[in-house]
Amino acid sequence: MEGAWEIAFVFFQVWLSVIVGLIMLPAMFGVSLGFTDIYIKVLVKILEWATLRIQRGQKEQPTLPSQSANGIIEKDDGSMEEEIGELRRSHPKNLAGGDFTLCDAFYFCKKGIENIVEDQVTQRFTSEELASWNLLTRTNNNFCYISLRLTIIWGLGVFIRYCILLPLRITLAVIGLSWLVIGTTLVGLLPSSNVKNWLSDLVHITCYRICARGLSATIHYHNKENRPKKGGICVANHTSPIDIVILANDGCYAMVGQVHGGLMGVIQRSIVRSCPHVWFERSEMKDRHAVAKRLKDHIADKNKLPILIFPEGTCINNTSVMMFKKGSFEIGGTIYPVAIKYDPQFGDAFWNSAKYNMVSYLLRMMTSWAIVCNVWYLPPMTRQDGEDAVQFANRVKSAIAHQGGLVDLSWDGGLKREKVKESLKEEQQKMYSSMIVGSDFFEASVGPA
Amino acid sequence: MKETGFSHSQITRLYSHFHSLDKGENGALSREDFQRIPELAINPLGDRIINAFFPEGEDQVNFRGFMRTLAHFRPVEDNEKNKDPTSGEPLNSRANKLLFAFRLYDLDRDDKISRDELLQVLRMMVGVNISDEQLGSIADRTIQEADTNGDMSISFSEFTKVLEKVDVEQKMSIRFLH
Repeated sequence: MEGAWEIAFVFFQVWLSVIVGLIMLPAMFGVSLGFTDIYIKVLVKILEWATLRIQRGQKEQPTLPSQSANGIIEKDDGSMEEEIGELRRSHPKNLAGGDFTLCDAFYFCKKGIENIVEDQVTQRFTSEELASWNLLTRTNNNFCYISLRLTIIWGLGVFIRYCILLPLRITLAVIGLSWLVIGTTLVGLLPSSNVKNWLSDLVHITCYRICARGLSATIHYHNKENRPKKGGICVANHTSPIDIVILANDGCYAMVGQVHGGLMGVIQRSIVRSCPHVWFERSEMKDRHAVAKRLKDHIADKNKLPILIFPEGTCINNTSVMMFKKGSFEIGGTIYPVAIKYDPQFGDAFWNSAKYNMVSYLLRMMTSWAIVCNVWYLPPMTRQDGEDAVQFANRVKSAIAHQGGLVDLSWDGGLKREKVKESLKEEQQKMYSSMIVGSDFFEASVGPA
Repeated sequence: MKETGFSHSQITRLYSHFHSLDKGENGALSREDFQRIPELAINPLGDRIINAFFPEGEDQVNFRGFMRTLAHFRPVEDNEKNKDPTSGEPLNSRANKLLFAFRLYDLDRDDKISRDELLQVLRMMVGVNISDEQLGSIADRTIQEADTNGDMSISFSEFTKVLEKVDVEQKMSIRFLH
């Protein structure tokens, strides 16, 4: 018995020293030993091989490039006027004014059915479909048994991910988070000074780097010269809580958010001791003016870190950017847009909060292959004269969508949980009414043709 | 599933989508599940289209029913490949497409579109933007145009006759990718 405990203890010591020496210390100094790069390269080779195998194994048509990437149906994108106009051309036209025909309903019917099969909104709240399998069980939708070799590789993958990578990653995450709490509390004890700020930045960045290693995150930053500066507002598209770790690996930000309880609350309370973040009580969130005032005060102080805001308000699945809420764009100040695009081949970063709670989500993250993403810093933008907050928000949104290769949608991310506004239906009805009545006026003034 | 005419991969993809719409995870869709699609919820005839999926008196539609309704919108050309003389008229024939549209107007399913029904559907399409009188005269004129047997309502054959020159095959079809 004694022997077994000793062996376990030695094993544990070795394990810890490996982690500290090979992962933590390099992370603290921002140095990479290159293990993750090699890992990713090997993974890519294996996944390519797997894809070829699957394609060969499929006796049906070879996988066309237009498969899942392009959706289930091909849509005509004609406007209401064009489509109904075409419908009416073949219908015997009556001249007594009022341009309704029974076939008008065909347009609404076809549009409706198209939207039932494939619409622009609901698909954004579930994980993106992959064009080819990436050897994770969770993304295995339509694929069936192909070959023994593939199954063996898959099995090996399961073993590596769950028995080797997962414990490693959990250890790192625990170390990272506890160091964050302890470190920031210690720094918080110091009086306000430049040293304190420098230490606070160091602690934050180190911990986020350790957490990033805890997810096997490989992040490519582009255009670092546009990095957000103090007194500004950093705005990014939102896919998951991990976005914060991704961005904070390359800079220090003041976070904005609601006060939580539990572990999150502990973290929130400790990091706010070392540098000012903006946490709101639930009740304060309702008062838009109070919120705006606090944010304005923060950015007015040029010594404070840039605030990080996700204007979509909810997690979207990284295939599109949905409506930006105008609140962040009314405060003034310089906006630094950032586009984040994850590579779904290595792991799906999207947090489907309806399906998974935070803990299951993090476990899923830690049992994926890796998190690989690109971060683009876009040139700063300010509101121009004659532009209102909504237009400004849309301009920033388009820039982010364009850079990240995402679809630019004006639908509200809140549609994940709420119903669509009646006013949008009324707009459709109004448009159609003008098609019926409009020509009535026209014929009255011109006379029967 | 043969009667619907969809290919195996199309059925798999549609099943995946059906499943994602099925929030209650009970293998069937309710009207609320459809209403959750924003682009459908803002469609003026959204409720009528949703209704077409549900058989009389029921408020759950299973995958088979879902596919049967969608099968009406398959393009007609696809049938040329698998002509089966014993299977009867396919769901996506011109006549069946017209019947689908007819039923959008025929609220009480009595195989006639009465003036009242036409008015109600018109009201759905135009909202509050047109007065009752104007809408009434539009309805009267439409019935007058189509009604050949003088019973002040539109039967399915009268409906078909009025729309005989319309390219129903193209306008009521959706291009499904393979």
